[in-house]
Amino acid sequence: MPAVDLDTLTIESFAERLRAGELTAEQVTDLCLQRIADGNPRLNAFILVMADGARRQAREADRELAAGVDRGALQGVPISVKDLIDVAGTSTTAASRVRDGHVARHDAPVVAALRTAGAVVIGKANLHEFAFGTTNEESAFGPARNPHDPSRSPGGSSGGSAAGIAAGMALASLGTDTGGSIRIPAAACGIVGLKPRYGEISADGVVPLSRRLDHVGPLARTVTDTALVYRALRGHPRPTSPPPVPVSTLHLGVPRSYFCDVLDAEVRARFDEAVERLRAAGARIDEVAVRHAALIPATYMHLVLADAAAFHAHTLASMPERYSSGVRARLELGRYVLAEDYVRALDTQNVLRREVDSALAGRDALLLPALPIPAPLLGATAVDINGIQEPIRNLMLRLTQLFDLTGHPAIAMPAGLTSAGLPCSIQLAGADTETLLPVARACEPQITGPLPQPRSG
Amino acid sequence: MTIDAWLQAAIADARSRGLPALEPLLHVLARAMRELREADLNDDASR
Repeated sequence: MPAVDLDTLTIESFAERLRAGELTAEQVTDLCLQRIADGNPRLNAFILVMADGARRQAREADRELAAGVDRGALQGVPISVKDLIDVAGTSTTAASRVRDGHVARHDAPVVAALRTAGAVVIGKANLHEFAFGTTNEESAFGPARNPHDPSRSPGGSSGGSAAGIAAGMALASLGTDTGGSIRIPAAACGIVGLKPRYGEISADGVVPLSRRLDHVGPLARTVTDTALVYRALRGHPRPTSPPPVPVSTLHLGVPRSYFCDVLDAEVRARFDEAVERLRAAGARIDEVAVRHAALIPATYMHLVLADAAAFHAHTLASMPERYSSGVRARLELGRYVLAEDYVRALDTQNVLRREVDSALAGRDALLLPALPIPAPLLGATAVDINGIQEPIRNLMLRLTQLFDLTGHPAIAMPAGLTSAGLPCSIQLAGADTETLLPVARACEPQITGPLPQPRSG
Repeated sequence: MTIDAWLQAAIADARSRGLPALEPLLHVLARAMRELREADLNDDASR
Protein backbone atom coordinates (compact mmCIF):
# COMPACT_ATOMS: atom_id res chain seq x y z
CA MET A 1 0.00 0.00 0.00
CA PRO A 2 1.21 3.58 -0.63
CA ALA A 3 2.67 5.33 2.39
CA VAL A 4 0.40 7.36 4.62
CA ASP A 5 1.72 10.71 5.86
CA LEU A 6 -0.15 11.54 9.05
CA ASP A 7 1.27 15.07 8.99
CA THR A 8 -0.75 15.93 5.91
CA LEU A 9 -3.57 13.37 5.86
CA THR A 10 -7.00 14.99 5.90
CA ILE A 11 -10.39 13.36 6.34
CA GLU A 12 -11.18 14.29 2.76
CA SER A 13 -8.09 12.53 1.37
CA PHE A 14 -8.49 9.60 3.79
CA ALA A 15 -12.04 9.03 2.53
CA GLU A 16 -10.94 9.09 -1.11
CA ARG A 17 -7.97 6.78 -0.55
CA LEU A 18 -10.01 4.40 1.61
CA ARG A 19 -12.50 3.94 -1.18
CA ALA A 20 -9.72 3.61 -3.76
CA GLY A 21 -8.25 0.76 -1.72
CA GLU A 22 -5.03 2.68 -1.08
CA LEU A 23 -5.33 2.43 2.70
CA THR A 24 -7.54 0.89 5.36
CA ALA A 25 -9.14 2.34 8.46
CA GLU A 26 -7.27 -0.22 10.56
CA GLN A 27 -3.93 0.83 9.04
CA VAL A 28 -4.50 4.53 9.72
CA THR A 29 -5.85 3.88 13.21
CA ASP A 30 -2.74 1.82 13.98
CA LEU A 31 -0.54 4.65 12.70
CA CYS A 32 -2.38 7.18 14.88
CA LEU A 33 -2.05 4.88 17.90
CA GLN A 34 1.68 4.58 17.21
CA ARG A 35 1.92 8.39 17.03
CA ILE A 36 0.16 8.59 20.38
CA ALA A 37 2.48 5.98 21.90
CA ASP A 38 5.51 7.87 20.61
CA GLY A 39 4.38 11.45 21.20
CA ASN A 40 1.96 11.48 24.11
CA PRO A 41 4.62 11.21 26.82
CA ARG A 42 5.96 14.54 25.51
CA LEU A 43 2.73 16.32 24.45
CA ASN A 44 0.22 14.88 26.95
CA ALA A 45 -2.59 15.41 24.47
CA PHE A 46 -4.55 12.34 25.57
CA ILE A 47 -5.92 11.46 29.00
CA LEU A 48 -7.24 8.10 27.82
CA VAL A 49 -6.22 6.10 24.74
CA MET A 50 -8.91 3.63 23.67
CA ALA A 51 -6.64 1.43 21.56
CA ASP A 52 -8.57 -1.85 21.63
CA GLY A 53 -11.92 -0.24 20.97
CA ALA A 54 -10.47 1.94 18.23
CA ARG A 55 -8.91 -1.03 16.43
CA ARG A 56 -12.20 -2.92 16.70
CA GLN A 57 -14.17 0.03 15.29
CA ALA A 58 -11.64 0.49 12.49
CA ARG A 59 -11.85 -3.16 11.47
CA GLU A 60 -15.64 -2.91 11.52
CA ALA A 61 -15.47 0.18 9.28
CA ASP A 62 -13.28 -1.72 6.81
CA ARG A 63 -15.61 -4.74 6.92
CA GLU A 64 -18.69 -2.61 6.34
CA LEU A 65 -17.15 -0.81 3.41
CA ALA A 66 -16.06 -4.10 1.85
CA ALA A 67 -19.65 -5.31 2.24
CA GLY A 68 -20.98 -2.22 0.45
CA VAL A 69 -22.12 -0.31 3.57
CA ASP A 70 -20.82 3.22 3.00
CA ARG A 71 -21.55 5.64 5.85
CA GLY A 72 -19.75 8.52 4.18
CA ALA A 73 -16.62 10.54 4.75
CA LEU A 74 -16.16 9.87 8.47
CA GLN A 75 -16.27 6.10 8.14
CA GLY A 76 -13.12 4.70 9.74
CA VAL A 77 -11.73 8.15 10.65
CA PRO A 78 -9.83 8.27 13.98
CA ILE A 79 -11.33 11.08 16.06
CA SER A 80 -10.59 12.12 19.63
CA VAL A 81 -13.14 13.47 22.10
CA LYS A 82 -12.42 16.21 24.63
CA ASP A 83 -12.62 14.61 28.05
CA LEU A 84 -15.52 16.85 29.00
CA ILE A 85 -17.87 14.84 26.77
CA ASP A 86 -19.42 11.52 27.75
CA VAL A 87 -18.23 8.36 26.03
CA ALA A 88 -20.11 5.36 27.40
CA GLY A 89 -18.10 3.16 29.76
CA THR A 90 -15.29 5.69 30.31
CA SER A 91 -14.74 8.34 32.94
CA THR A 92 -15.49 11.89 31.85
CA THR A 93 -12.72 13.37 33.95
CA ALA A 94 -13.03 17.03 32.90
CA ALA A 95 -9.29 16.92 33.73
CA SER A 96 -10.23 17.18 37.40
CA ARG A 97 -9.87 15.04 40.51
CA VAL A 98 -13.38 16.21 41.39
CA ARG A 99 -14.62 13.66 38.85
CA ASP A 100 -12.72 10.66 40.30
CA GLY A 101 -14.83 7.54 39.98
CA HIS A 102 -17.23 8.91 37.38
CA VAL A 103 -18.20 6.54 34.57
CA ALA A 104 -20.45 7.69 31.74
CA ARG A 105 -23.40 5.37 31.22
CA HIS A 106 -24.24 6.67 27.76
CA ASP A 107 -22.55 8.32 24.82
CA ALA A 108 -23.28 12.03 24.55
CA PRO A 109 -25.50 12.65 21.49
CA VAL A 110 -22.52 14.15 19.65
CA VAL A 111 -20.49 10.97 20.24
CA ALA A 112 -23.44 8.86 19.15
CA ALA A 113 -23.62 10.93 15.97
CA LEU A 114 -19.95 10.26 15.27
CA ARG A 115 -20.48 6.53 15.76
CA THR A 116 -23.47 6.58 13.42
CA ALA A 117 -21.21 8.22 10.83
CA GLY A 118 -18.73 5.36 11.29
CA ALA A 119 -15.98 7.34 13.03
CA VAL A 120 -13.41 5.61 15.22
CA VAL A 121 -13.27 7.06 18.75
CA ILE A 122 -9.56 6.82 19.48
CA GLY A 123 -9.39 8.44 22.92
CA LYS A 124 -10.21 11.24 25.33
CA ALA A 125 -8.27 14.47 24.91
CA ASN A 126 -6.69 16.55 27.67
CA LEU A 127 -8.16 19.94 28.54
CA HIS A 128 -7.98 22.82 30.97
CA GLU A 129 -9.75 21.62 34.12
CA PHE A 130 -13.52 21.88 33.65
CA ALA A 131 -12.82 23.92 30.49
CA PHE A 132 -12.25 26.90 32.78
CA GLY A 133 -9.03 28.23 31.31
CA THR A 134 -7.30 28.97 28.04
CA THR A 135 -3.83 27.45 28.36
CA ASN A 136 -4.41 23.82 29.39
CA GLU A 137 -1.92 24.29 32.23
CA GLU A 138 -4.40 23.45 34.98
CA SER A 139 -5.21 19.80 34.37
CA ALA A 140 -5.19 16.99 36.92
CA PHE A 141 -3.28 15.01 34.30
CA GLY A 142 -0.63 17.65 33.68
CA PRO A 143 -0.49 20.26 30.94
CA ALA A 144 -0.88 19.41 27.29
CA ARG A 145 1.91 20.85 25.15
CA ASN A 146 2.08 22.51 21.77
CA PRO A 147 3.53 20.28 19.01
CA HIS A 148 5.09 23.34 17.36
CA ASP A 149 7.08 24.04 20.53
CA PRO A 150 6.50 21.82 23.58
CA SER A 151 7.63 24.60 25.90
CA ARG A 152 4.46 26.43 24.85
CA SER A 153 0.77 26.03 25.56
CA PRO A 154 -1.44 24.43 22.91
CA GLY A 155 -4.15 26.89 23.92
CA GLY A 156 -7.28 25.84 25.68
CA SER A 157 -9.43 24.69 26.92
CA SER A 158 -9.55 22.05 24.15
CA GLY A 159 -5.75 21.98 24.10
CA GLY A 160 -5.29 18.21 23.91
CA SER A 161 -7.73 18.06 21.01
CA ALA A 162 -5.75 20.57 18.96
CA ALA A 163 -2.32 19.26 19.92
CA GLY A 164 -3.35 15.72 18.99
CA ILE A 165 -4.49 16.75 15.52
CA ALA A 166 -1.43 18.90 14.85
CA ALA A 167 0.78 15.98 15.89
CA GLY A 168 -1.01 13.44 13.66
CA MET A 169 -2.56 11.48 16.54
CA ALA A 170 -6.12 11.91 15.20
CA LEU A 171 -7.67 13.44 12.11
CA ALA A 172 -10.25 15.44 14.04
CA SER A 173 -11.56 16.06 17.53
CA LEU A 174 -14.74 17.09 19.29
CA GLY A 175 -14.23 20.15 21.46
CA THR A 176 -16.25 22.71 23.35
CA ASP A 177 -16.17 26.49 23.16
CA THR A 178 -17.55 28.77 25.90
CA GLY A 179 -15.22 31.74 25.45
CA GLY A 180 -13.09 30.45 22.58
CA SER A 181 -12.03 26.99 23.71
CA ILE A 182 -12.23 25.46 20.22
CA ARG A 183 -10.85 28.43 18.26
CA ILE A 184 -8.05 29.41 20.68
CA PRO A 185 -6.27 26.01 20.60
CA ALA A 186 -6.95 25.66 16.89
CA ALA A 187 -5.19 29.00 16.40
CA ALA A 188 -2.31 28.13 18.72
CA CYS A 189 -1.71 24.78 17.02
CA GLY A 190 -2.20 25.81 13.37
CA ILE A 191 -5.40 23.91 12.60
CA VAL A 192 -9.07 24.77 11.98
CA GLY A 193 -11.67 25.06 14.74
CA LEU A 194 -15.38 25.65 14.22
CA LYS A 195 -17.76 26.98 16.85
CA PRO A 196 -21.20 26.37 15.33
CA ARG A 197 -24.17 28.64 16.01
CA TYR A 198 -25.39 28.42 19.59
CA GLY A 199 -27.84 25.61 20.19
CA GLU A 200 -27.59 23.80 16.87
CA ILE A 201 -25.35 21.02 18.24
CA SER A 202 -26.52 19.22 21.37
CA ALA A 203 -24.50 19.88 24.53
CA ASP A 204 -26.22 17.08 26.42
CA GLY A 205 -23.73 14.69 28.00
CA VAL A 206 -21.16 17.49 28.20
CA VAL A 207 -19.98 18.81 31.59
CA PRO A 208 -21.15 22.44 31.48
CA LEU A 209 -19.13 25.56 32.13
CA SER A 210 -21.98 27.94 31.29
CA ARG A 211 -25.05 26.39 29.71
CA ARG A 212 -25.98 29.73 28.14
CA LEU A 213 -22.58 30.01 26.43
CA ASP A 214 -21.39 26.41 25.86
CA HIS A 215 -21.00 25.25 22.25
CA VAL A 216 -19.83 21.86 20.94
CA GLY A 217 -17.94 21.69 17.65
CA PRO A 218 -15.14 20.15 15.62
CA LEU A 219 -11.41 20.75 15.27
CA ALA A 220 -9.63 19.38 12.21
CA ARG A 221 -6.90 20.22 9.68
CA THR A 222 -9.01 21.95 7.05
CA VAL A 223 -12.30 23.77 6.65
CA THR A 224 -13.59 20.87 4.56
CA ASP A 225 -12.79 18.41 7.35
CA THR A 226 -14.47 20.55 10.01
CA ALA A 227 -17.51 20.83 7.74
CA LEU A 228 -17.67 17.06 7.37
CA VAL A 229 -17.60 16.54 11.14
CA TYR A 230 -20.04 19.40 11.73
CA ARG A 231 -22.53 17.95 9.28
CA ALA A 232 -22.20 14.50 10.86
CA LEU A 233 -22.95 16.10 14.23
CA ARG A 234 -26.02 17.69 12.64
CA GLY A 235 -27.17 14.24 11.58
CA HIS A 236 -26.43 14.34 7.87
CA PRO A 237 -26.49 10.66 6.88
CA ARG A 238 -23.58 10.93 4.41
CA PRO A 239 -21.89 14.25 5.16
CA THR A 240 -20.30 16.23 2.37
CA SER A 241 -18.53 19.57 2.48
CA PRO A 242 -20.25 22.62 0.98
CA PRO A 243 -18.48 23.97 -2.12
CA PRO A 244 -16.68 27.31 -1.77
CA VAL A 245 -18.29 30.47 -3.07
CA PRO A 246 -16.20 32.59 -5.50
CA VAL A 247 -13.87 34.87 -3.53
CA SER A 248 -14.70 37.71 -5.89
CA THR A 249 -18.29 37.68 -4.67
CA LEU A 250 -17.40 38.00 -1.00
CA HIS A 251 -18.19 41.05 1.09
CA LEU A 252 -16.34 40.93 4.42
CA GLY A 253 -16.33 43.36 7.33
CA VAL A 254 -13.25 43.94 9.47
CA PRO A 255 -13.98 45.20 13.00
CA ARG A 256 -10.61 46.87 13.59
CA SER A 257 -11.57 48.95 16.60
CA TYR A 258 -11.05 46.88 19.76
CA PHE A 259 -10.29 43.65 17.85
CA CYS A 260 -7.06 44.95 16.30
CA ASP A 261 -6.08 47.29 19.15
CA VAL A 262 -3.90 44.80 21.06
CA LEU A 263 -2.05 42.45 18.71
CA ASP A 264 1.41 40.94 18.61
CA ALA A 265 3.30 42.61 15.74
CA GLU A 266 3.71 39.39 13.73
CA VAL A 267 0.08 38.36 14.27
CA ARG A 268 -0.93 41.81 13.01
CA ALA A 269 1.33 41.42 9.96
CA ARG A 270 -0.15 38.01 9.07
CA PHE A 271 -3.67 39.37 9.51
CA ASP A 272 -2.99 42.39 7.31
CA GLU A 273 -1.46 40.08 4.69
CA ALA A 274 -4.57 37.90 4.77
CA VAL A 275 -6.79 40.94 4.25
CA GLU A 276 -4.67 42.10 1.33
CA ARG A 277 -4.62 38.65 -0.28
CA LEU A 278 -8.38 38.39 -0.08
CA ARG A 279 -8.76 41.90 -1.46
CA ALA A 280 -6.36 41.07 -4.29
CA ALA A 281 -8.47 38.00 -5.07
CA GLY A 282 -11.47 40.24 -5.53
CA ALA A 283 -13.18 40.22 -2.14
CA ARG A 284 -14.80 43.47 -1.06
CA ILE A 285 -13.56 44.31 2.42
CA ASP A 286 -14.62 47.27 4.51
CA GLU A 287 -14.45 48.29 8.13
CA VAL A 288 -17.30 47.73 10.56
CA ALA A 289 -17.84 48.56 14.22
CA VAL A 290 -19.21 46.68 17.22
CA ARG A 291 -20.00 49.77 19.25
CA HIS A 292 -19.98 48.26 22.71
CA ALA A 293 -17.09 45.84 22.12
CA ALA A 294 -15.22 47.26 25.12
CA LEU A 295 -17.91 45.72 27.33
CA ILE A 296 -17.29 42.18 26.05
CA PRO A 297 -14.89 41.05 28.81
CA ALA A 298 -17.01 42.45 31.66
CA THR A 299 -20.15 40.87 30.20
CA TYR A 300 -18.49 37.53 29.64
CA MET A 301 -16.90 37.54 33.09
CA HIS A 302 -20.19 38.08 34.90
CA LEU A 303 -22.03 35.38 33.00
CA VAL A 304 -19.42 32.65 32.97
CA LEU A 305 -18.26 33.17 36.57
CA ALA A 306 -21.75 33.05 38.04
CA ASP A 307 -22.96 30.20 35.82
CA ALA A 308 -19.89 28.11 36.65
CA ALA A 309 -20.13 28.90 40.37
CA ALA A 310 -23.74 27.72 40.41
CA PHE A 311 -22.85 24.43 38.71
CA HIS A 312 -19.90 23.81 41.04
CA ALA A 313 -21.47 25.05 44.30
CA HIS A 314 -21.90 21.59 45.82
CA THR A 315 -18.38 20.32 45.09
CA LEU A 316 -16.77 23.65 45.98
CA ALA A 317 -18.21 23.11 49.44
CA SER A 318 -17.60 19.37 49.74
CA MET A 319 -14.24 18.81 48.02
CA PRO A 320 -12.54 22.16 47.33
CA GLU A 321 -9.07 20.64 47.65
CA ARG A 322 -9.66 18.53 44.54
CA TYR A 323 -9.71 21.58 42.25
CA SER A 324 -6.52 23.13 40.96
CA SER A 325 -5.93 26.40 42.76
CA GLY A 326 -6.56 28.73 39.81
CA VAL A 327 -9.79 27.05 38.73
CA ARG A 328 -11.04 26.96 42.32
CA ALA A 329 -10.28 30.67 42.69
CA ARG A 330 -12.25 31.58 39.56
CA LEU A 331 -15.17 29.42 40.69
CA GLU A 332 -15.15 31.01 44.13
CA LEU A 333 -15.04 34.44 42.49
CA GLY A 334 -18.32 33.66 40.75
CA ARG A 335 -20.06 33.43 44.12
CA TYR A 336 -19.58 37.17 44.60
CA VAL A 337 -21.37 38.28 41.41
CA LEU A 338 -24.38 40.41 42.31
CA ALA A 339 -27.77 39.79 40.71
CA GLU A 340 -28.16 43.32 39.37
CA ASP A 341 -24.81 43.09 37.58
CA TYR A 342 -25.68 39.67 36.19
CA VAL A 343 -28.86 41.20 34.75
CA ARG A 344 -26.80 44.03 33.25
CA ALA A 345 -24.56 41.42 31.64
CA LEU A 346 -27.58 39.63 30.17
CA ASP A 347 -28.87 42.94 28.77
CA THR A 348 -25.45 43.79 27.34
CA GLN A 349 -25.29 40.34 25.76
CA ASN A 350 -28.46 41.19 23.85
CA VAL A 351 -27.03 44.55 22.77
CA LEU A 352 -23.86 42.87 21.50
CA ARG A 353 -25.93 40.30 19.60
CA ARG A 354 -27.80 43.07 17.81
CA GLU A 355 -24.57 44.94 17.07
CA VAL A 356 -23.00 41.83 15.47
CA ASP A 357 -26.19 41.31 13.45
CA SER A 358 -25.90 44.91 12.24
CA ALA A 359 -22.22 44.50 11.37
CA LEU A 360 -23.10 41.41 9.35
CA ALA A 361 -25.99 43.04 7.49
CA GLY A 362 -25.22 42.89 3.77
CA ARG A 363 -21.94 41.08 4.41
CA ASP A 364 -20.97 37.43 4.16
CA ALA A 365 -18.82 37.40 7.29
CA LEU A 366 -16.72 39.36 9.71
CA LEU A 367 -12.95 38.90 9.38
CA LEU A 368 -10.67 39.34 12.38
CA PRO A 369 -7.68 37.68 14.04
CA ALA A 370 -8.48 34.64 16.18
CA LEU A 371 -5.74 34.95 18.79
CA PRO A 372 -3.81 38.19 19.52
CA ILE A 373 -0.56 36.39 20.30
CA PRO A 374 1.25 33.23 19.21
CA ALA A 375 1.05 30.29 21.61
CA PRO A 376 2.36 31.52 24.98
CA LEU A 377 5.09 29.84 27.00
CA LEU A 378 3.77 27.45 29.64
CA GLY A 379 3.93 29.17 33.01
CA ALA A 380 3.82 32.70 31.61
CA THR A 381 1.13 34.97 33.06
CA ALA A 382 1.76 38.07 30.95
CA VAL A 383 3.26 38.92 27.59
CA ASP A 384 4.75 42.15 26.24
CA ILE A 385 2.81 43.85 23.48
CA ASN A 386 4.13 47.21 22.34
CA GLY A 387 5.93 47.69 25.64
CA ILE A 388 2.92 46.89 27.81
CA GLN A 389 2.63 43.73 29.90
CA GLU A 390 -0.75 42.21 29.03
CA PRO A 391 -2.32 39.37 31.10
CA ILE A 392 -2.36 36.21 29.01
CA ARG A 393 -5.83 35.05 30.11
CA ASN A 394 -7.39 38.33 28.95
CA LEU A 395 -5.51 38.20 25.65
CA MET A 396 -6.41 34.59 24.89
CA LEU A 397 -10.13 35.28 25.23
CA ARG A 398 -10.18 38.77 23.75
CA LEU A 399 -11.07 38.00 20.14
CA THR A 400 -13.26 34.92 20.51
CA GLN A 401 -15.60 35.43 23.47
CA LEU A 402 -17.86 37.90 21.63
CA PHE A 403 -19.29 35.17 19.43
CA ASP A 404 -19.98 32.91 22.41
CA LEU A 405 -21.95 35.76 23.91
CA THR A 406 -23.87 36.43 20.70
CA GLY A 407 -24.15 32.83 19.51
CA HIS A 408 -22.92 33.61 15.99
CA PRO A 409 -20.93 30.81 14.32
CA ALA A 410 -17.21 31.45 14.02
CA ILE A 411 -14.29 29.54 12.58
CA ALA A 412 -10.55 29.93 13.20
CA MET A 413 -8.16 28.94 10.41
CA PRO A 414 -4.38 29.07 9.92
CA ALA A 415 -2.90 32.26 8.46
CA GLY A 416 0.83 31.75 8.28
CA LEU A 417 3.60 31.55 10.84
CA THR A 418 5.69 33.87 12.95
CA SER A 419 9.44 34.09 12.35
CA ALA A 420 9.80 31.53 15.17
CA GLY A 421 7.55 29.10 13.31
CA LEU A 422 4.49 29.54 15.52
CA PRO A 423 1.05 29.50 13.88
CA CYS A 424 -1.06 32.62 13.39
CA SER A 425 -4.78 32.42 12.74
CA ILE A 426 -7.69 34.42 11.42
CA GLN A 427 -11.32 34.11 12.33
CA LEU A 428 -14.49 34.41 10.27
CA ALA A 429 -17.87 34.92 11.95
CA GLY A 430 -21.19 34.75 10.15
CA ALA A 431 -24.92 34.68 10.57
CA ASP A 432 -25.38 30.99 9.95
CA THR A 433 -23.00 28.02 10.06
CA GLU A 434 -24.09 26.57 6.71
CA THR A 435 -23.46 29.87 4.94
CA LEU A 436 -20.23 30.56 6.86
CA LEU A 437 -18.57 27.31 5.77
CA PRO A 438 -18.55 28.07 2.00
CA VAL A 439 -17.11 31.51 2.82
CA ALA A 440 -14.38 29.91 4.94
CA ARG A 441 -13.65 27.42 2.18
CA ALA A 442 -13.29 30.29 -0.29
CA CYS A 443 -10.91 32.20 2.01
CA GLU A 444 -8.83 29.20 3.11
CA PRO A 445 -6.58 28.82 0.03
CA GLN A 446 -5.96 32.57 -0.03
CA ILE A 447 -4.69 32.78 3.52
CA THR A 448 -3.63 29.35 4.76
CA GLY A 449 -0.96 28.13 2.37
CA PRO A 450 0.66 24.81 3.19
CA LEU A 451 -0.46 23.18 6.43
CA PRO A 452 1.77 24.28 9.33
CA GLN A 453 4.02 21.37 10.21
CA PRO A 454 5.08 20.93 13.83
CA ARG A 455 8.86 20.93 14.00
CA SER A 456 8.72 18.49 16.86
CA GLY A 457 5.58 16.53 15.96
CA MET B 1 -24.91 48.11 47.18
CA THR B 2 -22.08 50.33 45.99
CA ILE B 3 -19.08 48.72 44.35
CA ASP B 4 -16.75 49.95 47.10
CA ALA B 5 -18.99 48.53 49.84
CA TRP B 6 -19.32 45.28 47.93
CA LEU B 7 -15.56 45.02 47.45
CA GLN B 8 -14.81 45.61 51.14
CA ALA B 9 -17.38 43.03 52.20
CA ALA B 10 -16.22 40.50 49.60
CA ILE B 11 -12.55 40.81 50.58
CA ALA B 12 -13.43 40.40 54.25
CA ASP B 13 -15.55 37.37 53.47
CA ALA B 14 -12.84 35.78 51.32
CA ARG B 15 -10.27 36.29 54.10
CA SER B 16 -12.60 34.82 56.71
CA ARG B 17 -13.03 31.76 54.48
CA GLY B 18 -9.28 31.29 54.13
CA LEU B 19 -9.19 32.51 50.52
CA PRO B 20 -6.96 35.62 50.57
CA ALA B 21 -5.79 34.79 47.04
CA LEU B 22 -9.21 35.97 45.84
CA GLU B 23 -8.44 39.60 46.65
CA PRO B 24 -6.76 40.55 43.34
CA LEU B 25 -9.49 38.71 41.43
CA LEU B 26 -12.16 40.61 43.35
CA HIS B 27 -10.52 43.87 42.27
CA VAL B 28 -10.72 42.67 38.64
CA LEU B 29 -14.40 41.82 39.10
CA ALA B 30 -14.99 45.24 40.68
CA ARG B 31 -13.56 46.89 37.57
CA ALA B 32 -15.87 44.78 35.40
CA MET B 33 -18.86 45.75 37.58
CA ARG B 34 -17.96 49.42 37.19
CA GLU B 35 -17.74 49.07 33.41
CA LEU B 36 -21.19 47.49 33.23
CA ARG B 37 -22.76 50.00 35.60
CA GLU B 38 -21.26 53.01 33.83
CA ALA B 39 -22.15 51.84 30.32
CA ASP B 40 -24.34 54.14 28.25
CA LEU B 41 -26.85 51.40 27.60
CA ASN B 42 -28.19 51.09 31.13
CA ASP B 43 -31.86 51.75 31.81
CA ASP B 44 -32.95 55.03 33.39
CA ALA B 45 -36.23 54.66 35.28
CA SER B 46 -36.83 58.42 35.16
CA ARG B 47 -37.12 58.38 31.37
